[in-house]
Amino acid sequence: MATNKDPAAKIASKGLDIAYGQRRIVGGLDLVIPAQRFTALIGPNGSGKSTILRTFAALMKPSHGSILLDGRDLRGLSTRDVARKVGVLLQGAVAPEGLTVGDLVRQGRYPHRSLFSRWSAEDQTAVDEALMLTGTADLADRALDSLSGGQRQRAWIAMTLAQQGEAILLDEPTTYLDLEHQVELMNLITMLVEKHRKTVVAVLHDINQAARYAEHIVVLKDGRITAAGKPEAVITAETIADVFKVKTVVIRDPVAGTPLCIPL
Amino acid sequence: MATDSGRAFACFALLCLLVLAAMIAIALGTVAIPPSTIISAIVSFDGSRDHILVTSIRVPRVIAALLAGSALAVSGAIMQAVTNNPLASPGLLGINAGAAFAVVSVMTLFGAGVGDIYVWFAFLGAAIAAIVVYALGSCGAFGRSPLGLVLAGAVVATFLTSLTTAVLIFDQSTLDAVRLWTAGSVTGRTMAQARTVAPYILTGLVAAVLLGRHLTTLTLGADASRALGQNPVVWRGASVAIVILLAGGAVALAGPIGFVGLVAPHIARMCVGIDYRWVLPFSALGGALLVVVADTAGRLVFGSQSFPVGVTIALVGAPFFLYLARTRLREET
Repeated sequence: MATNKDPAAKIASKGLDIAYGQRRIVGGLDLVIPAQRFTALIGPNGSGKSTILRTFAALMKPSHGSILLDGRDLRGLSTRDVARKVGVLLQGAVAPEGLTVGDLVRQGRYPHRSLFSRWSAEDQTAVDEALMLTGTADLADRALDSLSGGQRQRAWIAMTLAQQGEAILLDEPTTYLDLEHQVELMNLITMLVEKHRKTVVAVLHDINQAARYAEHIVVLKDGRITAAGKPEAVITAETIADVFKVKTVVIRDPVAGTPLCIPL
Repeated sequence: MATDSGRAFACFALLCLLVLAAMIAIALGTVAIPPSTIISAIVSFDGSRDHILVTSIRVPRVIAALLAGSALAVSGAIMQAVTNNPLASPGLLGINAGAAFAVVSVMTLFGAGVGDIYVWFAFLGAAIAAIVVYALGSCGAFGRSPLGLVLAGAVVATFLTSLTTAVLIFDQSTLDAVRLWTAGSVTGRTMAQARTVAPYILTGLVAAVLLGRHLTTLTLGADASRALGQNPVVWRGASVAIVILLAGGAVALAGPIGFVGLVAPHIARMCVGIDYRWVLPFSALGGALLVVVADTAGRLVFGSQSFPVGVTIALVGAPFFLYLARTRLREET
């Protein structure tokens, strides 16, 4: 199919079914994640957003269908290969007590090191760069459990950056953060996409946050795509009413010009 | 202490302390032997009474303490990392009890004495206990909390210790041979016994140090570890195999000494942080030091050369366990 060969697709799924035991969460999903863009997955609880993210990161096996990563079937790649291409931050990731930011970010080099290889200059460069990009260099010696939620999230993102994959998957990265840290994190993601050509996929809870920052939005309901495309095309009163069962008016954000939906 | 050079220095200092403690342990006893005689007994043995005392009684005892202490401490550190449970240790999770039961059973059947066969039975007992405790802990019979796993371990440990006692009640000759051993003791160990077990324990220690980096990744949890390209099943399996090798070997040599595997890794983490590349060597040195010092202190304080080191350590370890249970478990619930 033409879509599979499309060089602009970083990750593409074809006829994807995902199930927990007998319970099917996602059915027949054809989802394309454009390369070097910020894609947001939105949808109500139980719509399969997080499950899709986990499957894209090869943490779950689909029961049917295929996933292409850079045009290659995910099934043909080892967990190490995947970890070199895709970094993932799951919800509620907890580091053991006393682990420092530096320790955590160094873990990002795991997929690049052979069984007993020594720490290389290349590893160190990748870690330093990840710390710098996320503004966590000053925190490198601090224990993760002594940091604020926003600092902790940035440290975990630094770990995924140290993996040096082109794609980063984030599951609700802004949930439980205060507004200041939410904005900070969204700006970090935007910077990574625009300046460092990363492909970022984030599950977001806040529709307006997705509309404001993401370039591509996928709206999910019951494990199926309801709408996908640019925010202006996707965030409409009809879609929101259909998927979230909430009546809204959609206006233009007076600052960014993106769609802004206001519940009635 | 956050820098690698600081950690290396701490390890070196601990090593010096350990050498000093070992020298003192060899020197002190019913007859005090000066350090010069100890060294000459080792490098140029002349068959004198003091030299025989050093090479056939004092040195094997200290070597047994070093081997058992480092093995138990490292297996405890690995267990705490793999289970993400601050209370995990070969003593509390019943692995020592499993090895001890297997050793006592085989002694009852084939007669006493430490040979290769006991070591293999100790491994078998340790492995079965580990599997049973893990199955009980993860099937949710006691809840999937850190405390649930410890409860499962306590049940298995108590059950196996009762069985061991029952076997010994009916078999007087084995009881006489292993009475001290069942409390955890390095009294009367011979060089031959130490030499039988040493290859297993040293293999386990070397493997553990190579495991270090992978263990740190495992502590991030199954999802994060897989997302980093680690196969958690493989590395958990390797970890458990090393734990069985170390704990089984230590029990075959010195009996089920408790609390070393609990206390030493915690002190190591307080000193060098959470990076297991450093926690493991530090635990090994700390555990060895703990057992050597406790054995020497027991001999001096209680005035008996055969006072079991397991009892001395329990006097320190039990309060430490209470402290951990009160502070660490509360945070997690």
